[in-house]
Amino acid sequence: MYVAVKGGETAILNSYALLTELRRGDPAVPEIGTDQISAQLRLAVARVMTEGSIYDPELAALALKQAAGDAVEAIFLLRAHRTTLPRLGYSLPLETGRMHLWRRVSAAFKDLPGGQILGPTYDYTQRLLDFSLLDGGETPAAAQAPVDNDMATPSVIDLLAQEGLVEIDAVPEGDSAPRDLTREPLRFPADRPTRLQNLARADEGFLLAMGYSTQRGYSHTHPFAGEIRFGSVELELVPEELGFPVSIGDIEVTECQMINQFAGSKMLPPQFTRGYGLAFGHSERKAMAMSLVDRALRARELGEAVEAPAQMEEFVLSHSDNLEASGFVQHLKLPHYVDFQSELELVRRMRRAHGQPEEEA
Amino acid sequence: MNAPPRDHHVNFAYLDERTKRMIRRAILKAVCIPGYQVAFGSREMPLPYGWGTGGIQVTASLLGPDDVLKVIDQGSDDTVNAVNIRRFFQRTAGVEVTTETPCADVIQTRHRIPETPLREGQIIVYQVPVPEPMQRLEPREAETRKLHGLAEYGLMHVKLYEDIARFGHIATTYDYPVLVNGRYVMAPSPIPKFDNPKMHMNPALQVFGAGREKRIYAVPPYTPVESLAFDDHPFTVQKWDSPCALCGATDSFLDEVITDDHGTRMFVCSDSDYCRTRQQAAQACGEEKLRARA
Repeated sequence: MYVAVKGGETAILNSYALLTELRRGDPAVPEIGTDQISAQLRLAVARVMTEGSIYDPELAALALKQAAGDAVEAIFLLRAHRTTLPRLGYSLPLETGRMHLWRRVSAAFKDLPGGQILGPTYDYTQRLLDFSLLDGGETPAAAQAPVDNDMATPSVIDLLAQEGLVEIDAVPEGDSAPRDLTREPLRFPADRPTRLQNLARADEGFLLAMGYSTQRGYSHTHPFAGEIRFGSVELELVPEELGFPVSIGDIEVTECQMINQFAGSKMLPPQFTRGYGLAFGHSERKAMAMSLVDRALRARELGEAVEAPAQMEEFVLSHSDNLEASGFVQHLKLPHYVDFQSELELVRRMRRAHGQPEEEA
Repeated sequence: MNAPPRDHHVNFAYLDERTKRMIRRAILKAVCIPGYQVAFGSREMPLPYGWGTGGIQVTASLLGPDDVLKVIDQGSDDTVNAVNIRRFFQRTAGVEVTTETPCADVIQTRHRIPETPLREGQIIVYQVPVPEPMQRLEPREAETRKLHGLAEYGLMHVKLYEDIARFGHIATTYDYPVLVNGRYVMAPSPIPKFDNPKMHMNPALQVFGAGREKRIYAVPPYTPVESLAFDDHPFTVQKWDSPCALCGATDSFLDEVITDDHGTRMFVCSDSDYCRTRQQAAQACGEEKLRARA
């Protein structure tokens, strides 16, 4: 009997209902609030904001709730919302040197002006399950507020740069505004601002693996974590009608400055070069991986041989976006009857030609 | 079909007017240079990449409030993806929809060209997963762009030649490369090569949208579209041994349907509107004959 592919519309509507029911789970358990998500799942929120390219903890929490905790689905929701938002203006570059620090560590210097601040980190927890959290009702000890320094804590790398040992990231002559990758297509070769923008939105897992590969011989960049800092920084905007900067609030970011050995080239003396990473919220893994990949992608500019995947900008930048990847991988769920039918016909014909009788079922 | 109500929280056809203008400009450029891939600022859509975001953006920028829309996937109006995209436009644009090919002003399609010939004034919008026909031969876009610029298509011809050398025939059955207006080699999107001849000198405007890859290209009405081949190995299309089991068509692309656990198969039209129209016509004819006899 032939059953036509019908009833797609009813199926979709039923699917919505099932999805809602499964997302809500057991109705005897209280519903989770978006305030609970943004307060208690802050790292998930940070990832969704970073890769969703929008700083809004409340919407990120909503997206996580709606996506039943699936980070990539939540990023999708946030990005689809972001498309519809008007561009009101562009902020001034962040002054991360004036960050109110929660945390700041350098693996290259034992001590540095402003000091090392361990701050909140899972690094030195011993990863034993804390069964007391099962019961709830924890009362955390008073935490120390972020270091409230009005004193600027400049990046440690800038101190080295004064000696000429580290390249200076000077603003290029006639520096044009960076392209907006969400408004213009990515073209190759891509300049560094474009690459960094792509990496900032890139999937954390992908960047982690690419960064990791550079540590295992697929392009050697000899990295040192010059500095990693996390804290809140003021966001400033120059409204056209005012003509001077006004603060529009503070955002939390994680910044990583990686320093890498560089043997020099015909044009440049031996010196340390840099890789840069920046992410919304507390996202050290992302920021560090990003800085490794940023440095690897500078191979062409620094006259290094482009041999490893992490150095190939088309490979990295075209595959870094998790929505593009997730969508295209999962589109294989869509019907391909027609293409498959065409291939079936071809394979049958080729098998006949091969002298093997076709197996009739 | 119970149409979802028009959602007035979003702009007509979802995208804002400036974005639609940007896309229309890309389409105009694409029409001016048939087969050339125009890079455009593809937006992040509320549907996943690979599910028709390019086609949806093109359709969104072409639709007017009075247009009638048809959406097909695998030739059928009823597959879930087609239903979903049609609902998206009902919800965001409130346009009239149809399943009948001749009634549609805009037809968005995935993987098929309708069997009913298109007419002047119609626009067919293809969803394109991979706009670059040479991507599998040369993955670097910076390189393929040069090859197109120089009209250097040796790579593609060598690939087709190697097929012939190995199998005795060209082993590409869908997304079969075409030469548009004698200049650009173009990916026709994963339509079966059965549909390729329909692109040639078609009276309708054909627009191709690739959202993830951020490219738009077009074939204007009455433009020559030639499937790549060799003089001694001419282009051929698929043939079936039996007609459609439902409408008896011998000229349409047939899907193979397995109907029981013993592998019994039947072949039916992939174009559901074409098949239904033919069945209705046959029924009407039959009734007329009966009346004439009575």
